[in-house]
Amino acid sequence: MSVTHARAEPSIAGVGDYLELMKPRVMSLVVFTALVGLLIAPGHVHPVIGATALLCIAVGAGAAGALNMWYDADIDARMGRTAARPIPAGRLAPGEALAFGLTLAVGSVVVLGLLVNVVAAALLAGTIAFYVVVYTMWLKRLTPQNIVIGGAAGALPPAIGWAAATGSLAFEPVILFLIIFFWTPPHFWALSLFRCADYARAGIPMLPVVAGERETRRQILLYALILAPLGAAPWLLGYAGARYGVVALVAGAAMIAFALRLRAEAPDATANKHAASKRLFGFSILYLFLLFAMLLVDHTAAVLAGHLA
Amino acid sequence: MTTTDAIMTDANDGAKAEPKPQPGIRLTDAQLRARRARSIAIALALGVLAVLFYIVTLVKGPGVLVRPL
Repeated sequence: MSVTHARAEPSIAGVGDYLELMKPRVMSLVVFTALVGLLIAPGHVHPVIGATALLCIAVGAGAAGALNMWYDADIDARMGRTAARPIPAGRLAPGEALAFGLTLAVGSVVVLGLLVNVVAAALLAGTIAFYVVVYTMWLKRLTPQNIVIGGAAGALPPAIGWAAATGSLAFEPVILFLIIFFWTPPHFWALSLFRCADYARAGIPMLPVVAGERETRRQILLYALILAPLGAAPWLLGYAGARYGVVALVAGAAMIAFALRLRAEAPDATANKHAASKRLFGFSILYLFLLFAMLLVDHTAAVLAGHLA
Repeated sequence: MTTTDAIMTDANDGAKAEPKPQPGIRLTDAQLRARRARSIAIALALGVLAVLFYIVTLVKGPGVLVRPL
């Protein structure tokens, strides 16, 4: 038996390629939701400890992104949206991405455990493992429910932020988790509607590829109907004030309206075929940002009012 | 050709020939630049980590080793 030892070419990967591996846009949403979880938690967290927690959560999210790009390099190469990523574009070797991702994953969890607390570190470790192993390696290529179940990883950052501040969990971060969890399917299915050909070419069983556009639009509406009242739950349960409640109800109603328009849109072959799905996709990002920003505004206003009183 | 002739010929060739390149990988300019940028980034990251541990130690004081579950 002959064994060929291929000598690796010296790397030409720049710092920017490594930063791109960390999916900075996803990371920004993770950091923002974690920040809200951290700040609305009861008690006081020292700014340095809070910033350290956010840094670790950001790096942990980047590690998950890098490991995802390492494992999915083959399907990334077949999709227009992802073909220019560092590995399929040939700027970075898969082994480099794997080593980078593992180093950041271990480093972020260890530093969070040492400098903040063990509960937050355990949650971060679980989130990274869930995203990489359960979503990327297992569900993504197996079932159209991939992003439904895998969405749990993206929904955990507010809980990690809360745990970083308090050292424990409560019902309130669970509500925040549920909001992001039920937000994920309409968000990603709207994307997959106008990227359906890409996903089909890559062999990823996204819902529109497997069950068709009509069924996808129906399920987006169902999730929007669950999401709207869930978005208002922090106000209904007394965790947030009327300011938040009004914004959550209006934004939730808009989300349902966008989903209804998407459901009503005829799946014909006109040039503007995916206008409704693109609008819903764009609004879904604004929706999540609005809800979490309002939680922060509401909490800050309540704290200021308390100080003044 | 005698052994002495062969040795003389080798010696003359050696005097004229360019020095043989050392075996191993020669990095191109682009690879050298990329490696330098990566090295600087790693150094900065390690520096930030060291400063972070130092500051957190100051903030937490004697309680820095207390990490309740």
